[in-house]
Amino acid sequence: MLEKTNVKVLDRVVVRFSGDSGDGMQLAGNIFSNVSAGVGNQISTFPDYPAEVRAPQGTLSGVSGFQVHIGKGVYTPGDKADVLVSMNPAALKQNVKFLKEGGVAIVDIDSFKKADLDKALYSTDDPYKEIGLKGEVVEVPMTSMVKAALEGSGLDLKSVMKCKNMFALGLVCWLFDRPLDSALRYLHNKFAKKPAIYEANAKVMQAGYDYGHNIHASVSTYRIESDAIRPGTYTDVNGNTATAWGLILASEKSGLPLFLGSYPITPATDILHELAKRKDLGVKACQMEDEIAGVCSAIGAAFAGNLAVTSTSGPGLALKSEGIGLAVMAELPLVIIDVQRGGPSTGLPTKTEQTDLRQALYGRNGESPLAVVAAASPTDCFNMAFEAARIAVEHMTPVVLLTDGFIANGSSAWRIPEDDEYPAIKPNFVKPEMLEQGWRPYMRNEETEVRYWAIPGTPGFQHRLGGLEKDYRTSAISTDPANHEKMVQARQRKIDLIARNIPNLEVQGNPDADTLLIGWGGTYGHLFSAVNELNAAGKPVAFAHFSYICPLPANTAEVIGRYKRVIVAELNNGQFADYLQAKHPMTDFKRINKVQGQPFLVKEIIDGVTKFMEA
Amino acid sequence: MIMEDLKYCAADYKSDQYVRWCPGCGDHAVLNVLHKAMAELGVAPHNTAVISGIGCSSRLPYYMNTYGFHTIHGRGGAVATGFKVANPEMTVWQVCGDGDGLAIGGNHFIHEVRRNVDLNVLMLNNKIYGLTKGQYSPTSDRGFVSKSSPYGTTEDPFIPAELVFGARGTFFARSIDVELKISQEVMVAAAKHKGCSVVEILQNCVIFNNGIHNYITDRATRAERTIHLVHGEKMLFGANLEKGLVQDGFGLKAVTLGENGYSIDDVLVHDAHCRSNFLHQQLAMMDGHDLPLAIGVIRDVEALSYDREVAAQVAEVRAKKNLKSLRDLVLSGETWEVK
Repeated sequence: MLEKTNVKVLDRVVVRFSGDSGDGMQLAGNIFSNVSAGVGNQISTFPDYPAEVRAPQGTLSGVSGFQVHIGKGVYTPGDKADVLVSMNPAALKQNVKFLKEGGVAIVDIDSFKKADLDKALYSTDDPYKEIGLKGEVVEVPMTSMVKAALEGSGLDLKSVMKCKNMFALGLVCWLFDRPLDSALRYLHNKFAKKPAIYEANAKVMQAGYDYGHNIHASVSTYRIESDAIRPGTYTDVNGNTATAWGLILASEKSGLPLFLGSYPITPATDILHELAKRKDLGVKACQMEDEIAGVCSAIGAAFAGNLAVTSTSGPGLALKSEGIGLAVMAELPLVIIDVQRGGPSTGLPTKTEQTDLRQALYGRNGESPLAVVAAASPTDCFNMAFEAARIAVEHMTPVVLLTDGFIANGSSAWRIPEDDEYPAIKPNFVKPEMLEQGWRPYMRNEETEVRYWAIPGTPGFQHRLGGLEKDYRTSAISTDPANHEKMVQARQRKIDLIARNIPNLEVQGNPDADTLLIGWGGTYGHLFSAVNELNAAGKPVAFAHFSYICPLPANTAEVIGRYKRVIVAELNNGQFADYLQAKHPMTDFKRINKVQGQPFLVKEIIDGVTKFMEA
Repeated sequence: MIMEDLKYCAADYKSDQYVRWCPGCGDHAVLNVLHKAMAELGVAPHNTAVISGIGCSSRLPYYMNTYGFHTIHGRGGAVATGFKVANPEMTVWQVCGDGDGLAIGGNHFIHEVRRNVDLNVLMLNNKIYGLTKGQYSPTSDRGFVSKSSPYGTTEDPFIPAELVFGARGTFFARSIDVELKISQEVMVAAAKHKGCSVVEILQNCVIFNNGIHNYITDRATRAERTIHLVHGEKMLFGANLEKGLVQDGFGLKAVTLGENGYSIDDVLVHDAHCRSNFLHQQLAMMDGHDLPLAIGVIRDVEALSYDREVAAQVAEVRAKKNLKSLRDLVLSGETWEVK
C-alpha cells in the first residue's frame, strides 16, 4: 500500500498526542513508541500532563499530552511535532505551539461543535485561524467512526468513547507504517484480563488504520529511518523505573539487601511504585508516614547494614535535610533520590527544572559535605542510581542523585546490560582482626578517610553512633574545639577523595573547538543534539556534560582551562555556573538559563551558543 | 529475639562511658533497671540495639554496651522502624522522653504504634523539657508554670496511654522511676511482646521539675494512690491490699473490701490479653486522685507485627515469582532483539 502513496523518508519524526486527561493519550503514545522501538527506531518520549487528576472535560486545564520522538539520532523527545493529534479543540489550542511549521494536525472533527469551542474559550467560528494554525489539518470524524465500528458490541456509550484513543493510534500507525500486529500485542497485554475491552479497542484500532489507508491521497505517509544501534536485547524504560532497577543491580553487586523508605510525591512516586513491586527480588520498600520518616527509616536500615535509599522531589528533600545531616555525621551510606520539579515550595509539581542543585549541595546545617551525582537521560538513570549506591557504600556517605521530571517520566530504548558490565561494589566492612587492633567506630582507612562498617549482630563490634561530634581517636563524644575542626576536615577530605573513584570528564562534539558547552543532568539530549547541529553547520563546539557534581571529576580544571569560551546551559538561574565559577575564578562562565518548567528546545541552545560565539 | 545459651549479667550491657545525667535524676534508675532487664532476657549485647532521639533520656544508648544510635530530635521511632524492618532478628529498644516522643516526634510515635513494629519503647515522662532547661512539655498539666509559660499553660496535655490506645496499640505498661522491681517486670514483658510495646516511666527531673510525681511517689501514700496490675490477678491496692477496683456502670470504682457490701468476689481480675481495649483505657486513665494510678502491664495483646509481615510478604512473593536477578525480571517483560 505504501507504494501507492506519497512516502516521505525521514531520519526522525515527532508525534504529539493530545486530549483530555481521561482520553488515554499516554497509553496511545506509549504503545506507539514501543512499536517503533520494536522496528529498530531510537525512541524518546515525554508525557506532559496537568497537575489536576481530572479537570473538567474539554477545558483548557484538563489537557494532557504525550510526545514521541522516533528515528535515528534521537536524543530528546523533540522540540516540536511533525504530527499533532488533538482529540478536542482545547487540546488543539494548548498544543498548537508544539506543532512545527508545515506540520500536520489531525483532529476529531466531531468534537469541534459550538459547545466544544465555547468550553475551550474560542471566540470566533474559525478555530484554526484563531490560534494561528497554518499547516495541514486532517479532519477525521473519529467519534462517529468509533461509534459505527462498535455498533452492536453491547458496550455503553462511555466505554465506546474510551476507545477513541485507539482509533487515533491506528491512524497514526498507518501514517508511519507501523506494524499493527505488534500494537495489538501490547494492547492485548494491557487488557489481558478484560477480553471484551480488548476486542473493542482492537476493532477500533483496526478501523483507524483502515481509515488512514482509505484516505491516503490526502496526507503524506512517512517512512522513518532506523539507526544502526548496538546489538543486544532491548526494552523500553522510563527514568524512574531505570532508577529503581539501577538500585536493584547495586544491591546484587554489593550483596546488601535493598531498603527504600519513602513518601509519595510527584514526580518521584513511580520509584516507590516500582520498588514496592520488587518484593519479588527481595526489596523492602516502606511507605512511611512522612518524608522525614522516609529518610530516617532509611538511615535506620543503613545502620542495620542494608543498601538504604529514600526517594523524593524538592519539597521532600527540604524536609529530609536534618536526617541527611545525621547520615553525614554518622557516616552511613545512604542514597537520596531527588526527582527535581519546578519550585520553590509546591511550585510546578508536574513540570521539570534543575533548581535543586544548591539544595542538594548545601541544604544542611553545619559543614556537612556529601556526594552529588546527576542522571543525563531516562536510561542513564540506571547508571547513575548504580553509581550513587556504589559511592555511598564504598565511601560511607550519603549521596544525592539528581534526576528530574523530564527524564523520570520520559522513556527510551535501553539495552539490557550483561551480568559482567557493572563492577562489584565493595563495602568497607570491618575485619575480625580489627578488634584486637583497637577498632573504634570512626577509625578511618588512611587512604580514603572512609570509616569501617560494623553490622549490628556482629559479636564484639557493638558501638554507638550519633549526631554529636566525636573524638577523632576514641570515637567517644567530644566538644574539644581542635578535635571538631579535625573531624570537619576529615569528613570533607573523605568526600574530596571520591574523585579518585569516579571517571574523568569526557569531551564530546569537536574537542578542538574554542568554545566549550557545559551541561549537567537531564538536559544532555538537548545539549548533545544542539552540539551536533552546530558542528554540522560549521560552528565548532566542544561539549562536556557532568554526571558527577560533587566531587567534580579530577580533570575538570584541565578541561575547562583548554577553552577560550565556556558556556554553561541549565534549567535554573545559573546554579551550576556559580558552583564552577567559585572553583575556577579565572574562567568567565557564560550562561544559558531557562526556568519555565519546560525542557530546553534544541533551537534555544543553538541560538544561545551562536550568540556567544558571535559576540 | 535471638536467645543465647550464654548467660549475661547486668554489667555485660554497660558501656565504659561516664554517665552524665544530673545526680539524683530518675534516668539513673531506669538505666540500671534496663541493664538488669536485658540480663534477665538473655539476648546477647550484639543482638540488641538501643535507638533514641534527642533529650536527656536520649543519651541512654551511650551507656549501653549494645549497638546504639543517638539520632535526631523526635525521629528515634522512624530510625528504629527502618532498623527493625531491615533486621527483624535484632531486639530493638527505643528510648524517648515526653517532648521527643509526643511533641516533635508525635507523628512517628503514633505510626510505629499503629504499624505494630516490634520495638520496645521506653518513654521517660518527666513532664518538662530538661535539656533545653525548663520549658513545658506536651504532658505538662494545664496551667503549668515554666520558663516558656510564665503565666501558666493554656493547653491540655496528652496522656500517653490514651494516644497509644488511639493508635490501636497492642502493649502499654507503666512504671515509676523509683519502682525498680516493677520497672524491670514491665521492661521484660515489653521485650517479650511481639509488636510495639510502649512503657511509660514516670521520671523525676531533679533540676527543672523536682517532685512533679510526688503525689504518686510519696512513700507514705503510694500504696493508696497506685495499683500494681498483674494479668490474671485481682485488682487490689492499699497498704494491706484492702481495696479493690470494681465495675460501676460504664466506669470503674474503688471500694474497700467488707464495706458497703463489697467482697473480694466483686473485685475485677486483670485481663491484659483482652482484645477490646475498653477497660484497659479506663485503667490507664486513672490518675491517682479518685482512682489509683495503674502501674504494671495494662495491655498486652498479640497482633501481626509490621517487620515480620514485611519479611513474610517478601518471602512469599519471591517464592511465587521465582526470579533470580534483575536481569531475569527485565527479560521477562517486553523486549526486542537488535542484531
